Amino acid sequence: MVGIVSYGTYIPKFRIKVEEIARIWGENAETIKNGLGILQKSVPDFDEDTATIAVEAGREAVRRARIDPKEIGAVYVGSESHPYAVKPTATIVGEALGVGNEYFAADLEFACKAGTAGIQICMGLVKAGMIKYGLAIGADTSQSRPGDALEYSAAAGGAAVVIGNDGVIAEIEGTYSFTSDTPDFWRREGQPYPSHGGRFTGIPAYFRHITSAAKGLMEELGLKPSDFSYAVFHQPNGKFPVRVAKMLGFSTEQIKQGLVVSHIGNTYSGSSLLGLCAVLDEAKPGDRILLVSFGSGAGSDAFSLIVTDEIDDFERTPKVWDKVMSGEFIDYGLYVKLRRKIKFG
Amino acid sequence: MLPRFWRKIKYRYNLVGTYCENCGTYYYPPRNLCPKCRRKSRIKEVQLSGKGKVISYSVVHDAPENFKMMKPYVVALIQLDEGPVITSQLVCKPEEVKIGMRVKAVFRKYGEEGESGIIYYGTKFVPDEKIG
Ligand SMILES: [Zn+2]
Repeated sequence: MVGIVSYGTYIPKFRIKVEEIARIWGENAETIKNGLGILQKSVPDFDEDTATIAVEAGREAVRRARIDPKEIGAVYVGSESHPYAVKPTATIVGEALGVGNEYFAADLEFACKAGTAGIQICMGLVKAGMIKYGLAIGADTSQSRPGDALEYSAAAGGAAVVIGNDGVIAEIEGTYSFTSDTPDFWRREGQPYPSHGGRFTGIPAYFRHITSAAKGLMEELGLKPSDFSYAVFHQPNGKFPVRVAKMLGFSTEQIKQGLVVSHIGNTYSGSSLLGLCAVLDEAKPGDRILLVSFGSGAGSDAFSLIVTDEIDDFERTPKVWDKVMSGEFIDYGLYVKLRRKIKFG
Repeated sequence: MLPRFWRKIKYRYNLVGTYCENCGTYYYPPRNLCPKCRRKSRIKEVQLSGKGKVISYSVVHDAPENFKMMKPYVVALIQLDEGPVITSQLVCKPEEVKIGMRVKAVFRKYGEEGESGIIYYGTKFVPDEKIG
């Protein structure tokens, strides 16, 4: 039985409110909050990046798993903001977690779904008997052009999951991906900020891929929305996941627990995984969870998970929602400095 | 700089110290010999908990080039729960730090050699706040 053995999360402590960003750019904060379904977002400290976030989330996951880190046979870090263009983040994580030197490792990139792609790779390796445990991480410190609409949502955070078939807290009963060549969002080499296709990011990108992956998975497993206790969809803002849930026939009640975007923004590769971890914080044995990520470019990975009895003995504090709701507010000036948006000379 | 940093990565990323099984003393940085037990030393490498308390600190206002963006910042003398005392940056506002406050180790960036150089990572400390 392959599944999630443990999970850990990390959200930087700083927050900036929509009001504060709107104040600088002369926009109406209420309109933006209503339009995006976002009140505030997380901001990394000056000495935090995707590697430090991945390490902190990974450490929590390994500690809660109560396993010897040397039993981890694979480390995959998914992100669109790896600190280096060439030089893996996964080796920094492997070293900091004390995984040793005998492990498979690579950095993954697929916009916001690189973390769930890592889960699928680890599942395959575990099922093939090539590794005992695999660590899949989705982490980002996403950048946004000053004044761009993305500035209200582009945030930082990450989640790590240990995949294995021993001590599983949530069995993965199936996974299904839907992929197509769709240029809805991109960043060329050497460019500091990403570009996006505006409204094009909606219907042909996010909604088409998520609904196709979710329907494909449910069809394959013979399941319907009412079979699930919870559903988590990628959260680029607070509106898209609510609308896609409705399109697929899921209720607000099913998605509420995993919807963390309103208070931390879009954590990109961390987004759907942080939502899943928030659900696992509350889930009971027997609960079935649907997880569907989305990565621009474009693709969606869907998973159906069944929570096992092992979850009752699993350490689940501090909870994701406690991390989401804590934090310290900063102003736009400090935000610009922390995000290195000022260029000297 | 690069080879010197690379050799110490293990000790910067994690608080790996040593423990003398003869007298029960922990050391950080690690030692090959226990100064109390000398030839009777029985040294083994251990991972320290990373929890401790502030025993002294200073606020740095005149920062070296690499740390300019972080000033003013706190450098603290921290006593780990196992006993050893270490000097480290404590990531918090100068007005937050107090003698005796509980702190915990975190993984952060130390600095980078310009925009094209290597990025250095290692252990720093933050206030050990209970969340939730
Ligand atoms: Zn001794």
